[in-house]
Amino acid sequence: MNKILVGVLLGAVLGAVDGATAWFTPAVRAMLLGIVFGSTIKGLIVGLAAGIFARKVNSVPLGILFGLAVGFVLAFLVAYLQHGYYFAIILPGSIVGIIVGYATQTYGVPPATAPR
Amino acid sequence: MTFLSDKALERLRTAAAEPDLTGTRYRLLECVGRGGMGIVCAAQDEKLQRRVALKVLDAPGCDGEMETRELADRLIRESRVLASLEHPGIVPVHDVGTLADGRVFYAMKFVEGQRLDKMIETVEAVPDRLRLFLRICDAMAFAHARGVLHRDLKPANVMVGPFGEVLVLDWGLAKILPRQSGHQPRDAGERETAVDNAAAPQPAGSARISTVTEHGTVMGTPGYMSPEQARGDVGHLDARSDIFSLGALLRFLLGSSGAAANDARQIPRPLRAICSQAMAERPEDRYNAVPQLAADVSRYLDGLPVTAYRENMIERAGRFYRRHQVAILLIAAYLIMRALFLFYPRR
Repeated sequence: MNKILVGVLLGAVLGAVDGATAWFTPAVRAMLLGIVFGSTIKGLIVGLAAGIFARKVNSVPLGILFGLAVGFVLAFLVAYLQHGYYFAIILPGSIVGIIVGYATQTYGVPPATAPR
Repeated sequence: MTFLSDKALERLRTAAAEPDLTGTRYRLLECVGRGGMGIVCAAQDEKLQRRVALKVLDAPGCDGEMETRELADRLIRESRVLASLEHPGIVPVHDVGTLADGRVFYAMKFVEGQRLDKMIETVEAVPDRLRLFLRICDAMAFAHARGVLHRDLKPANVMVGPFGEVLVLDWGLAKILPRQSGHQPRDAGERETAVDNAAAPQPAGSARISTVTEHGTVMGTPGYMSPEQARGDVGHLDARSDIFSLGALLRFLLGSSGAAANDARQIPRPLRAICSQAMAERPEDRYNAVPQLAADVSRYLDGLPVTAYRENMIERAGRFYRRHQVAILLIAAYLIMRALFLFYPRR
């Protein structure tokens, strides 16, 4: 499994789980499907970006930082658009970014380097 | 009548033992080792302007002309064995020749560094020790692929250079196996090399026993030679004999010396199992080839199960945790944070 696929799959799964936890918040339960969908897309984007980054840069700390940055920015945008729940959206989104950033650096097959 | 002092006698002995390199391209620097059959000296190659190690047959120490000629033939064969093994982990031979006094010599790379048995004290981490071991395995796998057995593998015969390069030395007891027939070596004699090249300093408690490779003759180092080698079963030696020595070497690297496993309980079970399989009494119970042994050690380093050890569920879970520790902790942190968020809004 290549690094992009690892990032996309993990990001999608974690994003979906992240979104599904909205079910425990009665105020937003009616919008659960939209939240899960949006969160999954957010996770997919983070995973894709982290996967591409991992193909270019081979460094666990940088991968984690990159995942954190992308996760933070996307979660911030979502929270900004919703005008609320900043902490409840940004913190989990950032942690998902860290996990995906770490996973894409650690797992998955790096691209083969062509002989010169 | 005047008597010579002990010092003067010692100086005379040393001068007599030093090879006369007149007529060669080498200039003697110092003698660095001595053994039952030969002497190893550091010399300067005047043509190439580099330092080399010369291994010179110690002919005056041999009784009878026939034996001298036989030993000379063996030294030449040893140099040819080494010359056929071009590998970064095997000391290269540069030249072979005869001195003005008729003594045979060969020139090889002068290896600067420390013997493994001395150097290992500075390496604390088990993974680092295992990586050293894997490099020895590389050299041995190469030699076996070329049909050469070392037969005297031990920490004193491995040199670690200042940049971490690992070199297997002292192929004086090496034996060439026939290529086509796998485990059946050629009849003792024709293409065997069995040189008591004890020029390298021997560790305490170890001893070379013999120089001849006739069936029934024992040679090697106790604690590191395989049972079949110890029995003098020369005709049936194959790569698995060196695998036994590698097992003993691995056990040494992991904190116990040779076959005397005084600290065996501290060795992780999978590594202990690898040592045990490599050092099995019967050759057929050992790893068949060095790459198999190396692969098992690599699997251990990678946190994967080793073929030599059947682990239970708890050990498997522990290994899985150690292998994915960071990922597991990150996911756990995420779940804990999620659980906290579930309760936080209700308060």
